[in-house]
Amino acid sequence: MTFITANWNPLGEAFYRKSELYEMCWNLRDGLRDCLVAAAPYGGPIALLREPVRRSPSSRPQLEIYSASGVSIASFPWKSGPVVHLGWTVSDELLCIQEDGSVLIYDLFGSFKRHFSMGQEVVQSQVLEAKVFHSPYGTGVAIVTGSSRFIMATNIDDLKLRRLPEVPGLQGKPSCWVVLNQDRQTKVLLSTGSELYILDNTSCTAVSLPGLAPQGGSIVHMSVSFSYKYLAVLTDSGHLWTGPSHLQDKMSEVDTKKLTPPKQMVWCRRPKSQQPSVVLMWDRLLMVVGVCQDTIQFPTEDQCVLVGEMDGVRIISSTNQELLQEVPLVCQEIFKIASMAPGALLLEAHREYEKSSQKADEYLREIKEQSMLGEAVSQCIEAAGHEYDPNTQKSLMRAASFGKCFLTDFSPGQFVTTCRELRVLNSVRESSVGLPLTHTQFKQMTLQVLIDRLVYRQFYPLAIEMCRYLKIPDYQGVSRVLKHWASCKVQQKDLSDEAIARAMCAKVGDSPGVSYSDIAAKAYECGRTELAIKLLDFEARSGEQVPLLLKMKRSQLALSKAVESGDTDLVYTVVTYLKNEMNRGDFFMTLRNQPVALSLYRQFCKLQEQETLKDLYNQDDDHKELANYYVTASYREKRLESRLSLLQSAVDEYNKAKNEFSAKATEEEMRLLRFQRKLDDEKGAGLLELSLQATMEALLALGLYKQAEQLYRDFRVPDKRYWWLKLKSLAEKEEWDELEKFSKSKKSPIGYLAFVEVCMKSNNKYEAKKYVSKVTPEQRVKAHLAISDLDGAADAAIERKNDSEIATVLSRCSAADRLLIERLNRASTAKK
Amino acid sequence: MSPLDRIANVSTLKQHEVDKLYKVEHKPVVSTSDQLCFLIRPRIQTVKWICDVANADKAAGRFRRYKIIFTPRKFYACEAMLEEQGIFGEVTTDEWSFCLLPLDDDVISMELPEFFRDNFLAGDQRWVRTAGSALHLLHSLYGPFSKLYGIGRCSKMAYESWREQVEEGEQTARRAEIGKVFLIDRDVDFVTPLCSQVVYEGLVDDIFRIKCGCVEFGPDVTSSDKSLKVMLNSQDKVFNEIRNEHFSNVFGFLSQKARNLQGAYDKRRGMDIKQMKAFVSEELKGLKQEHRLLSMHIGASESIMKKKTKQDFQELLKTEHSLLEGFEIRESISFLEEHISRQVSMMESLRLLCLLSITENGLLPKDYRSLKAQYLQSYGADHLLTFSNLRQAGLLAEQPAGEALSAMESKVGKLVNDKTAGKLTDAFSSLARKSNFRALSRKLNLVPKSDEEYDLRVPRDMAYIFSGAYVLLSCKLVEQVLERDGWTGMDEVTRLLNGHEFAVTGSSGADARTQGDARRVVLVMFLGGCTFSEISALRFLGREKGYKFIVVTTAITNSSRLIESLLGNQI
Repeated sequence: MTFITANWNPLGEAFYRKSELYEMCWNLRDGLRDCLVAAAPYGGPIALLREPVRRSPSSRPQLEIYSASGVSIASFPWKSGPVVHLGWTVSDELLCIQEDGSVLIYDLFGSFKRHFSMGQEVVQSQVLEAKVFHSPYGTGVAIVTGSSRFIMATNIDDLKLRRLPEVPGLQGKPSCWVVLNQDRQTKVLLSTGSELYILDNTSCTAVSLPGLAPQGGSIVHMSVSFSYKYLAVLTDSGHLWTGPSHLQDKMSEVDTKKLTPPKQMVWCRRPKSQQPSVVLMWDRLLMVVGVCQDTIQFPTEDQCVLVGEMDGVRIISSTNQELLQEVPLVCQEIFKIASMAPGALLLEAHREYEKSSQKADEYLREIKEQSMLGEAVSQCIEAAGHEYDPNTQKSLMRAASFGKCFLTDFSPGQFVTTCRELRVLNSVRESSVGLPLTHTQFKQMTLQVLIDRLVYRQFYPLAIEMCRYLKIPDYQGVSRVLKHWASCKVQQKDLSDEAIARAMCAKVGDSPGVSYSDIAAKAYECGRTELAIKLLDFEARSGEQVPLLLKMKRSQLALSKAVESGDTDLVYTVVTYLKNEMNRGDFFMTLRNQPVALSLYRQFCKLQEQETLKDLYNQDDDHKELANYYVTASYREKRLESRLSLLQSAVDEYNKAKNEFSAKATEEEMRLLRFQRKLDDEKGAGLLELSLQATMEALLALGLYKQAEQLYRDFRVPDKRYWWLKLKSLAEKEEWDELEKFSKSKKSPIGYLAFVEVCMKSNNKYEAKKYVSKVTPEQRVKAHLAISDLDGAADAAIERKNDSEIATVLSRCSAADRLLIERLNRASTAKK
Repeated sequence: MSPLDRIANVSTLKQHEVDKLYKVEHKPVVSTSDQLCFLIRPRIQTVKWICDVANADKAAGRFRRYKIIFTPRKFYACEAMLEEQGIFGEVTTDEWSFCLLPLDDDVISMELPEFFRDNFLAGDQRWVRTAGSALHLLHSLYGPFSKLYGIGRCSKMAYESWREQVEEGEQTARRAEIGKVFLIDRDVDFVTPLCSQVVYEGLVDDIFRIKCGCVEFGPDVTSSDKSLKVMLNSQDKVFNEIRNEHFSNVFGFLSQKARNLQGAYDKRRGMDIKQMKAFVSEELKGLKQEHRLLSMHIGASESIMKKKTKQDFQELLKTEHSLLEGFEIRESISFLEEHISRQVSMMESLRLLCLLSITENGLLPKDYRSLKAQYLQSYGADHLLTFSNLRQAGLLAEQPAGEALSAMESKVGKLVNDKTAGKLTDAFSSLARKSNFRALSRKLNLVPKSDEEYDLRVPRDMAYIFSGAYVLLSCKLVEQVLERDGWTGMDEVTRLLNGHEFAVTGSSGADARTQGDARRVVLVMFLGGCTFSEISALRFLGREKGYKFIVVTTAITNSSRLIESLLGNQI
């Protein structure tokens, strides 16, 4: 095992290490010289645009996109205007800022997405310099124009151009400038050499650096840290001033003793470290300058590019890529020579244990005596997370596992999580994948984003493997990956529809959360309608299929799917759509095959388009409904003539429907209406709209007996009904003589009990009595009781020798009717 | 009382600066407010009215802001209407996904009375999804369910809609509080809601109409000149004890209660000052409250008595019972004839007509025509449409005339008088075909043997709900399915009910998580409404078999609401 500390360099109290990440896979002929290079943080992709020596239309530069490990992803000749700056957005899209202020956006695979412009005035004045920056709002672009104005957009996805105020006395571009993100505001800090200004939305303020030695000279370079917290400023006398970016304070000032301005200057610090430092790069020298006045110098042979990360700096050269970072404290403690930290002792103990040496026990004892074993295990686990080399990771994890055996109540959570995460990290760090993430970056980025990035780079199997390994719920994990895979798959033009559909079904199956309709929509977008329809067949929720089917003009299919879904609203949407799309005949025919849709449309027509409803019934030869329609319509009609004609139509339809009963009923209604009209005209009786019964009632009440009689005969009103009616009417009018005459006109079809009851209702006992004798024997008891003639009732009951009737009479007797009771009782016992 | 009153009454709304409340009608809104807010069911007709209001304002040069809140959901059709009328841009719309209103501890109503007409008459399944959502809501609050049963087309669709919504949403594991679910379509059992209710709560609903758990007792009940709005639920202690009782027991119970109350008052005598003080501060208020409730229910019972103990009501019940039993059908028909020709009640006649048709599997063509003609004479020809609706909903049917049979009938008719001919026809027809209801009644033993005396004070089974004459079909199905844990062995029954039955196991593992009491909690969902009699029957069943039933219904219904919703002259 090599010495881990071999590549450590002390800087003040901290150590810095430079470890190799990759041998670059690319093969660049001219190295990185004369190139515009953009590399995204978090191990993001690298874009290269070789600047042509002379600007001639014949020599087009080549734009190349590589993964962080140098695997070529895309390469194409640049056909647009001259590019000033390249940059990556937070979602791995490439921004190419052109001289004329237009910004072209490409995806990772070099396909053009969209473009926007930094404003009309820029076309004239041209972009001198541009910067791409990241903030909580997204990715922003800032440019300085030929007329020395700054224009900024803080979020390119929600483009709002801001023109910053003028800087007094600025000619051409400033000597250097940076974008700051402070207090949720984006500002520009710029130097015109000796002066320093802060530009915000409204004002331009001159500022000075606290504590900068007066002989410092003018400012030639500035750099702001990854988190926008710190600022480094280099003057032409080689002094490096560092301090917090709010410029209230100073951290240190170091003389680099270099008078040439560096090519690049980048902050190098890790969260929680007390030792921030700045990395400066000249042609053949890399210098790490700490706040402690100390420096480390590395010679470089090749042209390099520095990429600032949240916990270090990546150094990309044409041959390899290295990570320069402060050694994490926990690693220092474990690996520092002669360290007595518990973690270091545990690692040593485990080493001895593997050698089967009893020294293992001594070390362990030592840790245990200080009761630091838990601490030691934690240290080893944490350090393993920070190490890049799998072997080191392994030995640390083994030591941790070894130590854990001697602890009873140590939660395994941290160990297990770190193991899993390291496996994930190691697999994405593979050169073929090329995401050189540190553990700290990974934690910051979150697993979700990592999976998104893998998906974006089309590493679907790895992403799925990872989701399964980490046991992410399908909904957020595997399904999401499959969804992306599927929408990518449908774009593969070289595969047949059949093959794609089959592959899709096999892979996606019915994973929860994958919507086939979304995939189908994607397929349709790519112009593959047939494929889209095939895919929609897999969609279980028919409701989801409909909108797309409509879009694809498969309206018939859409309608049947909508009906299947059981969602009326959806059916209605389709029906309305069809109504506007098709000619009427076809539309009706379509509806005919879909009863649900038809009934829905009918309902709509009932309210909105009465005429259409009629057409609809007509087309179906639905005479019954048509007749009902006419009847309904007749009730809305005020004028009698039109009403009658509507009813006549109803009669015709009822006849066609072979519904003789309804036809006859309607005809009678017409007759009745005419009759009522006649009487209304003659006598002003106000009969219209009354039912037959009510009409007769009204007639009787008015004393128009003859007319009532006429209706009774004409409409073949049942005798019983007419008798009831007349009986009640006469009693109400108290025409007792007329009633008596009526009772004698012929044998009553409703019996005579009714007469008794009706008279009693008018409290006329005298009249009631007249009819008691006519009542049939079966009802005689009831009749007597109705007029409260207990004796009569008793007589009748005894005569009929009916027990239940006797009982009824008895129940009506009060204590005063003692004699009667006895008589009844006697009768009932006598019978027995 | 409307559902809105239960949630936010007028004073609450006024506190929130609502100026005035209007019923949405087809007439201009007279108000000085410049903001109108409409809370409506998503009906095209209503939206049209609103459009008219807005357009009238526009024509008058008046500027107002309009907001439409659709409940329980917005329909595309309504928005299309707004668009068509050219006011889409001028109104803001919103959805209020209100779908469950708890009426009592064990009754939840969706307050969707239109469900019945829309679904079973017009074939419009717009509310099925709403029913599914309601079930989904209950599921997400008290689920997972261990088992679901159901019968009826609509139930099946509601179940599927629910299933879909469950799959779309994320699942959360929790302790189940509802064990099983039973879904039933109203059209599976039309007989029960067509019968006169004789259990106290049902009677109160039939006579006074309970709206949203609240009833308005008129002056004849309160024995003052004011009418009184009362909430009827388990909070009312007196009501809670009599609501499920057969009406014949109610009086006895109330008088017993009155005596107890008197006894409690009488305790005052012989108290010393201290005891008196305690009595006044602790018991008196409760007693007074009880006193008030008692006198109110006695008033209501008296009023019911007046209406129901009349001769004709007894005859009505007798007819109903003979229809249920299938005896003396001819007599029932003549009773019905007289009922119609004497114009006793428009609704009651239709109700009996439907009951007759369902229990007899349709009317003989001759009877059908004559009864219909009589009815039209009594109440006007516009009821042609009503009959068409009843027919479509399956409540009224005409038996297809068997040719041989009618030939026979006409020959016999010439020989003997009407009555005997009718009897013969009955005999022939019962030979020729079987009534579905009769067969069901035999299979499930719905009509107890009439020769046994039924003691209504000590109910033996659910038949007490209808004076011992009939066990409610819907509740019997619930009982049987729960007992058998599915539909096994009930093939014949489901065939007679037109199938569409299902029994499915709920989400996996739900069974394990449903513990103890929750297993016995059964949610019964009626699609198309349920009656108070059915609720009472389920309460009885629950007590007998140790279940706790929670009734969810699209609305509380009874015979008159059912028939009213099918009247033809409404659009």
